[in-house]
Amino acid sequence: MSKLYTGAEIVFKCLEDQEVEYIFGYPGGAVLPIYDELKNHSSIKHILVRHEQGAGHAAEGYARSSGKPGVVLVTSGPGATNVVTALTDAYMDSVPLVCISGQVPTHLIGTDAFQECDTTGITRPCTKHNWLVKDIKELPKVIHEAFKVAKTGRPGPVLIDIPKDIQFAKTNYTKLKKEKKLNGKIHNKFSDNEINELIDLILKAKKPVVYTGGGVINSGPQASETLKEFVRLIGFPITSTLQGLGAFPGDDNQFIGMLGMHGTYEANNAMHDCDLLINIGARFDDRITGKIDEFSPKSKKVHIDIDPSSINKIIKVDLAIVGDVNEVVKSAIKKINKKQNGLKDSNKQRISKWWEQIQKWRTKDSLGFINSDKDIKPQHAVKRLYELTKNQDTFITTEVGQHQMWAAQHYKFNKPNRWMTSGGLGTMGYGLPAAVGVQIAHPDKLVIDIAGEASVLMTMQEMSTAVQYNLPIKIFILNNQYMGMVRQWQELLHEKNYSESYTEALPDFVKLAEAYGCKGIKANNPNELDDKIKEMIDYNGPVIFDCHVDPNENCFPMIPSGKPHNQMILGPNDKEENKISGKGKTLV
Amino acid sequence: MSSPKSAYSIPTKKGKLDTHIFVVWVDNESGVLARVVGLFSGRGYNIESLAVAEVDATKNISRITIVTTGTPQVIDQIKLQLKKLVPVHKVADFKREDKKVIFKEMALFKIVAQKKKIEKCLKECKKFNPVILDKTSKSIVVQITALRREIDKMSKKLKPYGLTSTSRTGAIAMTRGAETFK
Repeated sequence: MSKLYTGAEIVFKCLEDQEVEYIFGYPGGAVLPIYDELKNHSSIKHILVRHEQGAGHAAEGYARSSGKPGVVLVTSGPGATNVVTALTDAYMDSVPLVCISGQVPTHLIGTDAFQECDTTGITRPCTKHNWLVKDIKELPKVIHEAFKVAKTGRPGPVLIDIPKDIQFAKTNYTKLKKEKKLNGKIHNKFSDNEINELIDLILKAKKPVVYTGGGVINSGPQASETLKEFVRLIGFPITSTLQGLGAFPGDDNQFIGMLGMHGTYEANNAMHDCDLLINIGARFDDRITGKIDEFSPKSKKVHIDIDPSSINKIIKVDLAIVGDVNEVVKSAIKKINKKQNGLKDSNKQRISKWWEQIQKWRTKDSLGFINSDKDIKPQHAVKRLYELTKNQDTFITTEVGQHQMWAAQHYKFNKPNRWMTSGGLGTMGYGLPAAVGVQIAHPDKLVIDIAGEASVLMTMQEMSTAVQYNLPIKIFILNNQYMGMVRQWQELLHEKNYSESYTEALPDFVKLAEAYGCKGIKANNPNELDDKIKEMIDYNGPVIFDCHVDPNENCFPMIPSGKPHNQMILGPNDKEENKISGKGKTLV
Repeated sequence: MSSPKSAYSIPTKKGKLDTHIFVVWVDNESGVLARVVGLFSGRGYNIESLAVAEVDATKNISRITIVTTGTPQVIDQIKLQLKKLVPVHKVADFKREDKKVIFKEMALFKIVAQKKKIEKCLKECKKFNPVILDKTSKSIVVQITALRREIDKMSKKLKPYGLTSTSRTGAIAMTRGAETFK
């Protein structure tokens, strides 16, 4: 008879088989047997966070920057409820997470026991799937299935709830057989005809635009290479969503910037006026489309996505290709190369007028701002940060708000997996713990959280984690003392009634840094900014950088509520012409 | 400005609503119904009726039949979202008007009345395969199988005859002919 293992041992056997190196977690009563077993498995390192939400975001940062699933271990009750925000965040942004939660013993389930909650019930709408394991014999199968569900198709979070008695119970374990039959939820069966149709559209287009999203990143680094080849081959302008930044080099001439609510003038106008729109791995999010009725009214639309439920959900498309981005784009390249010699030249001619138009839009310099030599402008701060870090492989995370948009607009990403931001859920407090996870995955790389002072206070305690594990993350706070994006909307939509958006009692971030045992740097003046940024980069350890910026700066360009892509507010000078209408306010 | 405007899409023109019957084959495991129903409530889809039971004990398969209304776009989304659920094996979707599909619902009526009225009741029910399940001198429990609209009509009609209690199932569906849904 084969050896019997406890549930806790099985958990680690499975994690070892899945080649898991790091777990982000926090112990508690209902997971103690698993924590007890940790010492026997040297290949798996546990990162102790300070709050379970931090564990979730750290695992997200780890997963997004490495392409491997992030693993989270939490206890029952509050442990599980604290991780719900991170699970929802991962679900919205398609990040593969495997969360293991402890549960009260099976005989106590349903009795309102101490630290009991209906974890699978609570997390059902924010996971791809979840399991409550009530039979020890099911445990190995469930854990392996969980990894498969998290990683395959459109990735996402899963949760396994393991009652304490199951962690003690014994069963035998058979090693994971690789290449088992997939669970039928993967769609990669696009047809030749669809690719032919795509190429027909490409050959006919006079005003095309490629619009890419996070799906390209999720398809793996190879997909970004394939995309580059494809876009250079066809010579089309390309724009990207917030989540897709880095898939195509941000400093390339064919890249016309991010699109959407705070996207560039050229990208949004191209979306509006184009006659062919090729969506690759994006989902027509409402921050992208603006007003649906007037979204890209003159274009044929193509949608390439691995998730069939993304097709026609918001925007009706003319050609849908369901499949893995890398595979689809690769076969398109193959076909083009086979059939159309000289396509590059004919394409160039056909769309040359379109490029002229785009150049005209570009001259508007929609990301421009009026710099100052008295105050640090937040945009200037991000630009300087970019200039001073662009020569090394830098990973950027962000919180949520104005600073996030400025980072997206002014920091240029040339590689995938270098940009970690909470796009779908918009979770303030994401960036700092995410930076912890990124640094774990890339110990020798420069990891910077471009933060706002309000967001970063939500998960500030994770600085303690960074110090514990010697993670030299840099927290670059654009401190304007306001919840900037809230303030901006109040200014534009609510008659400057700045209700509760000013933080009156901010901590001294330098002292706070010192209290955590890391370095604090403060910058007030544009003249000292460069030196201080260099000081931050050169310091071998975690840093909190308190960058005091102009508190009145707003994030432009902006598509105001109720307007289509071609009616943007461009900046301070343009504000008067484009007042937001009364009724628009209520629905934002 | 006449229409309210927003960065979000607002349903300016409401599309035509169709009634559809979804048949969903799922693993019969705990929580599976909650997943299906939660999907409907979470995404704001409507459930008109619901019927669920295990149909294959060896393979552990349950069959869920859901009647819902929505625009063609919403119906499409429901189908695709259902297919994404891990315990869902296959999803069939029929229009209520579809002639190739049989829909049936069952209802139990309790009528408390004098003999004469009870007899009239039974006569009214004749078209819908009435089965008398219980009978006393002043009451009767009768089972009928029919379409939703017909049952609606019947329960209205029987009110004056002493109908005191109605219990009914959700619709179940099956295709006509030798073919089965794959």
